[in-house]
Amino acid sequence: MKPSERVQQVPPSGIRRFFELAEEYDDIISLGVGEPDFSAPWAARDAAIASLEQGKTSYTANRGKRDLRRAISVHVAQKYGLDYTADEEILVTTGASEGLDLAFRALVDPGDTVAVTQPSYVSYVPDVIFAGGEPLPVPTREADNFKLTPEVLEDAGADEADVLVMCYPNNPTGATMTGDELEPVAEFAKEHDLTVFSDEAYAALTYEHEHTSIATLDGMRERTVVFNGFSKAYAMTGLRLGYALAPEEAITAMNRIHQYTMLSAPTTPQYAAIEALRSCDDDVVEMRKQYDRRRKFVLTRFGEMGIDCFPASGAFYAFPECPWDDSEAFAEALIEDQRVALVPGTAFGEGGDGHLRVSYATGLDELKEAMDRLEAFLE
Amino acid sequence: MSSRAEILELLRENARQTPEDLARQTGLDVSEVEATIDALESEGVIRGYQAVVDWDAVDLDDEQERVRAMVELNVTLDREVRYDDISDRIAKFPEVQSLRLVSGDFDFALTVEGDSMREVSRFVSDKVATIPEITQTVTHYIMESYKEQGVEFGDGHDDDRLSISP
Repeated sequence: MKPSERVQQVPPSGIRRFFELAEEYDDIISLGVGEPDFSAPWAARDAAIASLEQGKTSYTANRGKRDLRRAISVHVAQKYGLDYTADEEILVTTGASEGLDLAFRALVDPGDTVAVTQPSYVSYVPDVIFAGGEPLPVPTREADNFKLTPEVLEDAGADEADVLVMCYPNNPTGATMTGDELEPVAEFAKEHDLTVFSDEAYAALTYEHEHTSIATLDGMRERTVVFNGFSKAYAMTGLRLGYALAPEEAITAMNRIHQYTMLSAPTTPQYAAIEALRSCDDDVVEMRKQYDRRRKFVLTRFGEMGIDCFPASGAFYAFPECPWDDSEAFAEALIEDQRVALVPGTAFGEGGDGHLRVSYATGLDELKEAMDRLEAFLE
Repeated sequence: MSSRAEILELLRENARQTPEDLARQTGLDVSEVEATIDALESEGVIRGYQAVVDWDAVDLDDEQERVRAMVELNVTLDREVRYDDISDRIAKFPEVQSLRLVSGDFDFALTVEGDSMREVSRFVSDKVATIPEITQTVTHYIMESYKEQGVEFGDGHDDDRLSISP
């Protein structure tokens, strides 16, 4: 069977090659993992188990269980000052990934330009193409600590775009943006009438300042779709549960696709998520504390090795400069020579070249060993 | 969290970390870390560092098996004898691993370690029960230990994540 032209336009993920290379060795220490090394809090897992014991295995409402949507509504209001009604403005999705895909398909017309902040998570550009939109890369700069600014938006021609995709705290750079730094981006979006898709999957993991959602800035709520989920904060990646927050007309449009293609997000994780929101704040605090220690450890070690790295302040990534010009060759040699895996910045689009994504979602003992091996490799 | 509290917490997780690694995780200087540990030790906050041992995993050819028991003690006090006087006498025995005053149905909870059940029983009956203020002892031998000092003794959590993911 011949794949559609739409699919043929999208190359396989650049990460795939390094995955296959890393899989060849069994003594590898991986700093290439984009998910927590913790398991979901026990209380959340226990709630999922209990729901299965009670036979809760049927569909839920298309938009997700109502008590979960209410819990999300209260949670995002308390934590981020986001104000969304459970019945009209929240959609529970199969991971934040599904939410993003729905938004592109529901809110982007063929030929629309979608400005994608880069380096970025690998899905945005393919999502745009699958939806028939035209992706426009907006490379951020290390000199700006990989933050989005009106200048880089202007330089990329994003003033002509219809949609802007952004992700802070950022995968792969670990960059975050404060409310003050988001303000000029919001002004730009309003001035040029951009819809903003704000992927805030790592909102719970900031280390230098509290997370601010761009949707809370003046005049932004009506033009923003916020994506978040349980994967990163609650270490529930494999349970595939996320949510989208947006004004009613956007959620209704997204739900039109969701109700036909997904019907409802998986039921068991919804029970886990309700419990996570109810009782697992302390687990999140503890995990964030552990990540922060590792972040400091990794950044300090880079400094000791003479590797330049901007002070990553969120998610669980650092994005150091690659000591070699060719980051892919470096990553390959590091696997073969020292059995340490990481992902070259080229996998994350424009602006990622010359850098390495180092995930510190790995136990401290392994992290220490990996840094020692990296140091040995450089010598 | 104060740097003192943070150092203490990190050492409670893993006391074998070097001052250099502690400094890297906290953003403190190595000298600050060392001074903090010195202070914690000299003030008696940190009383020692020990290995967490799973005795079931010990190779009996190399190591003597240890028998451990929890013992509940009831005591009577009077004008001359306080809890501290009794605890002083009991804690001095090397067989006693821990000794705590507790609320509830009994007064003291102690753990005792010995080479055999016979030795532990002897110790309790000859050395502990004979203290005049002690009115009752109940001995519970430990049959299996699942978690000590916050460390689980299961097979551990396998990292089955994909080695590279976006």
